[in-house]
Amino acid sequence: MSGRSSLALAGSAVVAALLFSAAPANAQPVTPPAHYANVQLADPAKEASAKALMETLRCLVCQGQSIADSDAEMAADMRALVRERIARGETPASVRDWLVSRYGDYVTYDPPLSGLTWPLWLAPIALLAIGGWIARSSFRRRTR
Amino acid sequence: MKRFALWAPLAIFALLFAVVASGLFRPADKVVRSAMVGKPLPDFALPAMVPGKPGLTSASFKSGQPRLLNVFASWCVPCIAEAPHLMRLKTMGIPIDAIAIRDTTPAIAGFLRRNGDPYARIGSDTASRVQLALGSSGVPETFVVDGRGIVVKQIIGDIREDNIGEIVQAVREAR
Repeated sequence: MSGRSSLALAGSAVVAALLFSAAPANAQPVTPPAHYANVQLADPAKEASAKALMETLRCLVCQGQSIADSDAEMAADMRALVRERIARGETPASVRDWLVSRYGDYVTYDPPLSGLTWPLWLAPIALLAIGGWIARSSFRRRTR
Repeated sequence: MKRFALWAPLAIFALLFAVVASGLFRPADKVVRSAMVGKPLPDFALPAMVPGKPGLTSASFKSGQPRLLNVFASWCVPCIAEAPHLMRLKTMGIPIDAIAIRDTTPAIAGFLRRNGDPYARIGSDTASRVQLALGSSGVPETFVVDGRGIVVKQIIGDIREDNIGEIVQAVREAR
């Protein structure tokens, strides 16, 4: 019995060794992130506008997170880019336009009204109108 | 009217079910494509990554000959998988330049020693700056650039056996 369990132990040690010696599946860059990836700008007003912009930019490698929230290396690179450009005096709108010209509207959580995005903007209004209509007709029924 | 009201919830449910089922059977394409395809390469000048091989500037893509621009890294596992296919494209006479993302000279030298070196030039992009300017969202990615410096095609992920045909065709059409 003890022989068998020690065999099993040795087996799991081999498996563990194999697991940890294998190449990491989530490879990370070998260089540290840029300075402004995780360091705030000295000017609080500029940092505030950079932060506000970062919260509206999508992390490209993680679904459903902004670059302000994400710990991904690519998000860090994008934060550094945003802070450096804001520090240089660019407006948040021009930084966002620059990224949209690279990645399309996908990169922003604040998509402009266009031929493709109009249902996003009009659907809530249409749903509200339908709700209002249903509410009105049911209230009317009750008073009768 | 009463009849309609009776069936409406079921109809709405069926519609919703169809939407959800179609999403299940045909998941959305989550690949982030570059919006730079069809546009000129952004201006950049990157220092050399390894000794004996020049760095990379956007000007070198205006030589009149189409080239491949491979975005890679020594720490990227699928880059190892695509290395033999890049070597094959090189032997077919297609010039390949590269941008190494957040990497070091010894790491890249080791990568090239282990996996082969198909590159004419390698630029070092230490903060992913040029990668972001290209609209690339990961490694590896490959861009086909025509002789006037215009991006004509983007291949996302590692180049596989069955990508070689389309790359060769894109290069031929860009001539």
